[in-house]
Amino acid sequence: MKKIKLIDIAHGRSGDKGDAANVGIIAYDSKGYEIIDKYLTAERVKKHFEGICLGKVERFELPNIRALNFLLHNTLGGGGTVSLKHDAQGKTLAAALLRMELEINE
Amino acid sequence: MKDKIRIGSGQGFWGDLIDAPYHQVTAGEIDYLVMDYLAEVTMSILQKQKNKNPKLGYARDIPELMDRILPICKKKRIKIITNGGGVNPEACADSILEVAKKHNITNLKIALVLGDNILNRIDDVISHDCQLNNMETGESISIIRDKLLSANVYFGAMPIVEALQKGADLVITGRTTDTGLTLAPMIYEFGWYKNNYDLLSAGTVAGHILECGGQASGGNLLADWRSVPDIANIGFPIAEAYPNGEIIITKHESLGGKVSIETVSEQLVYEIGDPKNYITPDCVADFTSIKLEEVGKDRVKVYGIKGLPETEFYKVSCSYSSGYSAVGTLTYSWPDALSKAKKADEILRKRLENLNLKFDEIRTEFVGYNSCHGPLSTDIDEDRINEVMLRIAVRGEDYKSIERFGKEMAPLILTGPPSVTGFAGGRPKPADVVAYWPALIPKKLVEPKVEIVTT
Repeated sequence: MKKIKLIDIAHGRSGDKGDAANVGIIAYDSKGYEIIDKYLTAERVKKHFEGICLGKVERFELPNIRALNFLLHNTLGGGGTVSLKHDAQGKTLAAALLRMELEINE
Repeated sequence: MKDKIRIGSGQGFWGDLIDAPYHQVTAGEIDYLVMDYLAEVTMSILQKQKNKNPKLGYARDIPELMDRILPICKKKRIKIITNGGGVNPEACADSILEVAKKHNITNLKIALVLGDNILNRIDDVISHDCQLNNMETGESISIIRDKLLSANVYFGAMPIVEALQKGADLVITGRTTDTGLTLAPMIYEFGWYKNNYDLLSAGTVAGHILECGGQASGGNLLADWRSVPDIANIGFPIAEAYPNGEIIITKHESLGGKVSIETVSEQLVYEIGDPKNYITPDCVADFTSIKLEEVGKDRVKVYGIKGLPETEFYKVSCSYSSGYSAVGTLTYSWPDALSKAKKADEILRKRLENLNLKFDEIRTEFVGYNSCHGPLSTDIDEDRINEVMLRIAVRGEDYKSIERFGKEMAPLILTGPPSVTGFAGGRPKPADVVAYWPALIPKKLVEPKVEIVTT
């Protein structure tokens, strides 16, 4: 087992879709994509965002650009101008996901 | 037929870099300038402005911008396409005609795309075979019917294509998809058929890449953000489109920023849902088919795109009034900055409770500590942290409660924890909360209209 920081192998961008946040994570190379494809599961992401994402997490794959897209439902405090959050659009949530450490089998 | 066209993005939202469109039309060659001004909330703000003054309701940056770029665009034959007409494309066009007159520009053809605003006929629409239920929650629109502020259908590229076919130099639309602004000139110039969904999807993907302006050319870039050259003079992205659906994303050489696989792929994943079904009024693009290749400095080829037929519905974006909110901030310094901010929050909440005020939500965040990443934030060392901003936000239906909250923030300075500052802005004022109601409407119930006005 080896621990790697997600931020060392991937970048990304996040934004809002109503009360859901979208978090796109992109691996820098194909080896990185193999790792995120295998280890960055919807369950793992849901657990990471405990207390932030109050709904389900959906995962979509874009192997063509080495990316995963996550939809975090019920996350933005109502979304739009309803949200009282400082980050009402979830703009910083891609960085929040990149805080994650993954335990991988080499 | 032209062998290629260059479409430059000029604005990613209303409030974006004022000079970007000017640089886009002067720092190199483009054939089309496309500008997106409308966020979901914008329509309701514009509708309110129009209710007060029938000559308002469009992006008022436009006349000033046209004063700078219209003579240049006319001379260089650059066509302009924008959704900045908001809820009043007619008034927007009038303001541009005045600018044209001032510059003695004759034979200017402005096309208006109308028919997206269904607020006045909403009851007819609902009584037809269409419920306008909330797409996300399934709730019936009847629960917010009396509070509706705006209701606009998202049109796609086709009305803009019609406008270009009628010889328009400028196309001013109301609610149009951001992607349609970029797709339309490709359909018009290359004669793409309405049912060639791979080509329509290629243009749609190009539109998605361009729709947030500088976000595709080095802005908001997480991948090695320090590496972006001369971002102060960032050049907005340009889509160089070819008749076979290949797109090259680039920028003017003399401007700053960069275009790379990283800048393009970050924008591709921005605000998307299911990548296999990117739904627009024109087609359903498959983002998992997109291929990217760096083909030169600041040149990324986007190709291989597949798509499916459009659906039978337009999306409708409604907004409605949903009470009031206010935000107050205070800054606490070392020593014990976070403890002081937490104590101040506790005191304020106690006072609000004593006053029996009514709120739907009170939210406290500590800027500099956890306002972005919440529970994921690493623990703070009280001895080392220099300062923390306490941010308290409230929301509710009762205006008086929200207003009174605003009057309870400042007193914390003299009647709360010490070493506090940052109250120069005055009392937090209640703001209208505008909530968003997405719905679907059968396409047959709405008819886009294209009108031409000339100087």
